[in-house]
Amino acid sequence: MGVGIKVDKLNAWFGKTQALYDITMDAPANHATAIIGPSGCGKSTFVRCLNRMHETVPDARAAGRVQIGELDVYNGTSAVQIRRRIGMVFQKPNPFPTMSIYDNVAAGLKLNGFHDHKRLDEIVERSLKLSALWDEVKDSLRKKSGASLSGGQQQRLCIARALAVEPQVLLMDEPCSALDPISTGKIEELIFQLKEKFTIVIVTHNMQQASRVAEFTGFFLLGKLIELDKTEKIFTTPSDKRTEDYITGRFG
Amino acid sequence: MRTRFQQGLDDLRARLLRMGGLAEQAVDRACQAYIDRDLARCHMVLEGEFQINVAEREIDELAFDLLALQQPIAVDLRFILAVTKINSDLERVGDQAVNIAERAMDLVELPKAELPVDIPRMAAAVSAMVRRSLESFIEGKAELAQAVLEMDNVVDRMKDEAFITLVKTMNERPEVTRQALDALLVARNLERVADHATNIAEDVIFWVRGADVRHNVAPETPLHQASTDTH
Repeated sequence: MGVGIKVDKLNAWFGKTQALYDITMDAPANHATAIIGPSGCGKSTFVRCLNRMHETVPDARAAGRVQIGELDVYNGTSAVQIRRRIGMVFQKPNPFPTMSIYDNVAAGLKLNGFHDHKRLDEIVERSLKLSALWDEVKDSLRKKSGASLSGGQQQRLCIARALAVEPQVLLMDEPCSALDPISTGKIEELIFQLKEKFTIVIVTHNMQQASRVAEFTGFFLLGKLIELDKTEKIFTTPSDKRTEDYITGRFG
Repeated sequence: MRTRFQQGLDDLRARLLRMGGLAEQAVDRACQAYIDRDLARCHMVLEGEFQINVAEREIDELAFDLLALQQPIAVDLRFILAVTKINSDLERVGDQAVNIAERAMDLVELPKAELPVDIPRMAAAVSAMVRRSLESFIEGKAELAQAVLEMDNVVDRMKDEAFITLVKTMNERPEVTRQALDALLVARNLERVADHATNIAEDVIFWVRGADVRHNVAPETPLHQASTDTH
């Protein structure tokens, strides 16, 4: 099951440049929360702070409190522990090109010393089924490489790889921006189904996508969270004029 | 700024205002025709209905195009939804004007009769409601629309009083039954025009404030009241 995310006064910097200012918000368990905002508003930085990927950038740092369930992300927990609990899917599908489909999905588990082949088979199958890719690849699991799949299939493979380590939270940073409408539709359907088992935070530039997949939507501007509310509220009657101006295309 | 989309919204607004002008004119002409027993005005109302019907279709078509091609959200979505509903109400206002004109045409053939009902006063009140509801749309002001809602009760009372006195008249003076029946139907037509003006005002409030004030269920309750229970 997914767990809730609680963020309290999160600030982030790249060197001396501050990218996030006092972000305080919750993302409820087993729901999808979308983060929208113009380019450079800090939405990707925000999700990268949730699994401490932000700190992998030289000179980048973050301060504040992030809780993933009972786990305190910035206090007494290792980055490895955190990333085991939080899967991430990026804008561009990034399967390991020389590995088979099977090995791509099993990579995270093998890296963690998991070598029970029978159990691995089960997890790979379950992850590929969860990512709605199983039927398309079940006959070529070990024959085809991850790179041989289409863009949409590669992205679902990356989702399967993230799910294989049984995370509680799935972060998605513009997961459909490189995909055609059919593949986008499949990923969106998948997000909808995955909410039953995981908590999802999705960054998207596509506001229709946010409205289709997320129960909650947060609007970021210049590193600040301007408004977070139920998605239908944000897209019909937002409280803040800046949110309305952005989503109606009056700026951004 | 989405220039083409903004132009589309401006076009929609301008067309609805023209349509509003036609509907308002139709009601005023029909009432005046009834009061003055003016056949020429009656014909003007009947001929004007065609323009209103054409305008209704054009507005709906433009609204559909904007919904399909521009995927409006928030205030723009509320505006377009409000326009399509106001459009429908204005077309029905036109229909009511035609009904009043038809009653006036019937009346012209009958002897004049003094009736205990003040149709001109009721017509003035209803006409003011239509005008103010359209003003609230032009100005985008929910306060003006709110004032229209309050006027509806006054018109409802006028219609109720007209019904009681006209039925009594029909019982007491059977020789003016047709004239009284015409007056009664006109009072009902006017009351329906007032209802459409009320609908228009409610739609303006929906557009401007994002609040659904219909049917007195939960006045001024914003759509999708913010909830923190799942956070």
